[in-house]
Amino acid sequence: MQLRVRALETILTEKGYVDPAALDSIIETYETKIGPHIGARVVARAWADPEFRTALLMDASKAIAQLGLEQKVGDHLIAVENTPTTHNMIVCTLCSCYPWDLLGLPPAWYKSAPYRARTVKEPRKVLADFGVTLPDETKVRVWDSTAETRFIVLPMRPAATEGWSEEKLAGLVTRDSMIGTGLPKEVNEVAA
Amino acid sequence: MASDLASIREALNALPGIPCEGEAPVFAEPWQAQAFAMVLTLQQRGVFSWNEWAEELGAQIKSAIAGGDPDDGSTYYRHWLATLERLVARKGIASTEALDRYYHAWDHAADRTPHGQTIELRADDFR
Repeated sequence: MQLRVRALETILTEKGYVDPAALDSIIETYETKIGPHIGARVVARAWADPEFRTALLMDASKAIAQLGLEQKVGDHLIAVENTPTTHNMIVCTLCSCYPWDLLGLPPAWYKSAPYRARTVKEPRKVLADFGVTLPDETKVRVWDSTAETRFIVLPMRPAATEGWSEEKLAGLVTRDSMIGTGLPKEVNEVAA
Repeated sequence: MASDLASIREALNALPGIPCEGEAPVFAEPWQAQAFAMVLTLQQRGVFSWNEWAEELGAQIKSAIAGGDPDDGSTYYRHWLATLERLVARKGIASTEALDRYYHAWDHAADRTPHGQTIELRADDFR
């Protein structure tokens, strides 16, 4: 694999398509700077600021641009909100389209065939595999991402967090809660 | 397309459960990061669109599954790299033959370079 990649990189560099230094900087960015903490900021803002929440649900691409976040992949970002009656999950049945700029790169299971196939067919069983049990009356909606349209789940704000700062709220937001395979942490799961 | 997806799903039913893991590193090996970054760069330069990329990658994964690939996420960047190689060949940027020639040159360079030294490509590695 290493040699195949080197061969490719050498040719692309010689032809001026890529710059090795720029490749390194992309890798560094994705390894250290881009991760679920960015999405967590967005979710925390939506929890704390009703106006932002409305804007996010109306046009997520536009709303995150206001936060100074640049959307680099996909044309549209759509935020889907969890409520007591609806739980949302995201998947990409084709490959692994994912909102990288907000969540970093997808975990291995997101890219796996069983997740891609089973989430569409039996989302509740998949949730159970992740240790999530929902009330019977909660509907599960599955959103299939594409290269153009990507989704992020806006989870429900945990109880007993009234008056919390955005920063503190962001600490409750997990990556999986923004994919819909998990829930945010409860107040008693984080150190006071 | 819809029936296509249905048939993929059917074929996948027999597969084992989802490999749930903790916070694994973003890239398991350095070559995966390189392959990832090259795709990002080529997309930004307009060599292909995300749509085109997703379609090609989807097709690659589908044919790998048909060939017995476990497709449990562990082979994901192999598919990624194969897709990239195919796309640059089709776009006339690097033919399969050229990739092969450079592959063997790097292999030769790696062989002649003493352990611990940086491997560099020289003209005489292309034989």
